[in-house]
Amino acid sequence: MGQTYRASVRSIEKFSRSRKGRPSGFYVPKLFSVSPKPFFLSYLFGFSVLLFASHSKTQLNMGVTKDQLLSRLQELQIDYSKFEHPVVLTVEAQAEHVGDLGGGLSKNLFLKDKKSRFYIVSVLADTKVDLKVLSARLGLGKGGLRMAPEEALGEILQVPLGCVTPFALVNESARHVSLLLDQGFKSQERCFFHPLSNDVTIFPDPTYLLLLLALKASDLDKFLKSIGRDPAYVDLEANPSVGKDQPPDLASFVPSGSIAIPDPTENSTPSKGPSEKSVASTDIKSTKITANASKPSSRAQNAKDKPVKDVNPSGLTANVERFVEEILDKTSALLLSQITEETIKQHGAQLGTVLSNSIKSCLSSELNSTTMTFKNTAYTEGFHAGIHHHPKPKY
Amino acid sequence: MEKTEVEEQTKDEGQVVTPWQVAAKDSGKIDYDKLIDQFGCQRLDQFLIDRVHRLTSRPPHVFLRRGVFFAHRDFNDILDAYERGEKFYLYTGRGPSSESLHLGHLIPFMFTKYLQDAFKVPLVIQLTDDEKCMWKNLSVEECERLARENAKDIIACGFDITRTFIFSDFDYVGGAFYKNMVRVAKCVTYNKAVGIFGFTGEDHIGKVSFPPVQAVPSFPSSFPHLFSGKDNLRCLIPCAIDQDPYFRMTRDVAPRIGYNKPALIESSFFPALQGETGKMSASDPNSAIYVTDSVTDITNKINRYAFSGGQDSKAKQILYGANLEVDIPIKYLNFFLEDDEELEHIKKEYGSGRMLTGQVKERLIKVLTELVERHRRARAAVTDEMVDAFMAVRPLPNMFN
Repeated sequence: MGQTYRASVRSIEKFSRSRKGRPSGFYVPKLFSVSPKPFFLSYLFGFSVLLFASHSKTQLNMGVTKDQLLSRLQELQIDYSKFEHPVVLTVEAQAEHVGDLGGGLSKNLFLKDKKSRFYIVSVLADTKVDLKVLSARLGLGKGGLRMAPEEALGEILQVPLGCVTPFALVNESARHVSLLLDQGFKSQERCFFHPLSNDVTIFPDPTYLLLLLALKASDLDKFLKSIGRDPAYVDLEANPSVGKDQPPDLASFVPSGSIAIPDPTENSTPSKGPSEKSVASTDIKSTKITANASKPSSRAQNAKDKPVKDVNPSGLTANVERFVEEILDKTSALLLSQITEETIKQHGAQLGTVLSNSIKSCLSSELNSTTMTFKNTAYTEGFHAGIHHHPKPKY
Repeated sequence: MEKTEVEEQTKDEGQVVTPWQVAAKDSGKIDYDKLIDQFGCQRLDQFLIDRVHRLTSRPPHVFLRRGVFFAHRDFNDILDAYERGEKFYLYTGRGPSSESLHLGHLIPFMFTKYLQDAFKVPLVIQLTDDEKCMWKNLSVEECERLARENAKDIIACGFDITRTFIFSDFDYVGGAFYKNMVRVAKCVTYNKAVGIFGFTGEDHIGKVSFPPVQAVPSFPSSFPHLFSGKDNLRCLIPCAIDQDPYFRMTRDVAPRIGYNKPALIESSFFPALQGETGKMSASDPNSAIYVTDSVTDITNKINRYAFSGGQDSKAKQILYGANLEVDIPIKYLNFFLEDDEELEHIKKEYGSGRMLTGQVKERLIKVLTELVERHRRARAAVTDEMVDAFMAVRPLPNMFN
């Protein structure tokens, strides 16, 4: 088992999002910046905090631990080697520490699309990943992919900043995260990934070492298969054209279940109804309800419906009272809007007839639409019950 | 060797309309009169529209009134039979090549829903996932997934589950359906297929053997769980006019195997935002309005990209009026604005210059937003269980009530 440790500390540049140098997947909290002196002070601070390991907002005690991961690898008879190196910001810097171990260093990106679907993109350090191209290849249009927010790392992958790794998929919370692997890994003798970590934040600290596991790509496959994942390798540098005749070639990697993370900055549309099945916690649901309620009033009807519907885990049900309420609300809204001083003066006694015709013409197509949905929903419930019906045994 | 359809069309008319290619002559507009002549179908005239009005006791659909569905084959016979009390069933379909649908995709489904409600007849919807797998080179799994996703948007158009059967080729082909496929296939020589569809020596055999799959839902015996014992039931196929070759072949084969010829009712093409000469393209999201577009998206797209027939300046506009022939907002209103009187008024005012482009666009945005919103609400209510129910091979006991 090799151990590489460099005593020299490179000066670490202030981390910025529009970064120079390729991201290694390491995100350093913005609190800590440049020069060595405050660095060592913060090291003392950080070290003592690390001792407590309760610094950040989320507790990672629900995730699989590093030791559990390592023992599972051993159970699967996967050979791995462990390496350590200090926290660095860029892939180049990382390569300086462990580059002499021969290729296979990985760059891991945790991405999110506009519909809150998450992806881990794991590539060789040299592979260039263009998010715009990837977004188009996944069928998300241009600019559909962003780096995932920091909270997501803790909540979904259960890893600290800087430690995105395919191994994180072992966690239940990451079951809807899609994994894209660089086909370049297959040609490497071994590949390097971070194992899981119980720590919550990592500080740029010369004495704090990050662990790297080296294993063969085929062994990574073995591990992924053991957690029910199908390992798929893709040429992530390719830039095929995407158009009417060439559909997005990576579209099958888009997860079908989406993960709802309370994100008040995100523009969530009401049409997320069915996907909210995957949300278990009531906290997240109530956040969604308040987010929906603040939408413009034209969607108020919809927002009212959505949270109530979500309560039923099997999806949407044909709720008679709610349906009737919706119809009466729409009708009375139309009625009230049409009874004004003007219209009373204009039509006088005929106002009743005028209004009645108006209601019929304005509302009929909308009511037909909602009632058809109601009918189809009720039928579906019946159908579902029918196929699960246990017939009485006839002797 | 027989000239292929494409070659013939290019030589004679300059425009090419096939299931895989639609091109106008010299990048102009499609000449629909020539197309009708060339294909040999009939114009849908006012007399037929009035007849539909009488038989169904409800106003004919916007698309009929405005000439969107403008051509037919044997629609008269269908109406004759209907008057006598003989029912028919509807057959339409979609090739699920992409997840996002735009308004142009919805047109045949909106019209089919109207037909289902007006005539109270059953409907089968074919999702040709195998076709897309073969022509677009997608994986089987991807096509199956797309078929299910598209099914949700189709269901959101408001079809009645007690009268509708949706099926995907990968799931349903087999049994009686396949038997009919073989019967049809035996009646079409390879040379004939090449002539109609333009296959070459380089095309794989999957493509060559596909046409029967799209032909066979026109025959009621393909659906024994629905129409058993009703071998004489007629079929009406609402589709876009570029699908005509498939059904010309079907109508040719039908009498030879003892079945009724299916009737057709055909629509013109939905123009791209950039104008008739532009192409709607999946890689250019600004060439069409998608059902997933937000209000902002719609507003921006119409304001910025919709090709306007109005004049360059307000002064000129008042003087000359707008060119209604090429104006896209007017064309779109033609499709989607229900009120005939209001549309006439707008056309008159805009054409004479009393109304400005901005006002027309504003009206269009309102209409489209309402449409897309309603579709989105309906789509949100479609669950996987509902899709399963629509796609289940089950009897439809009240399909003619």
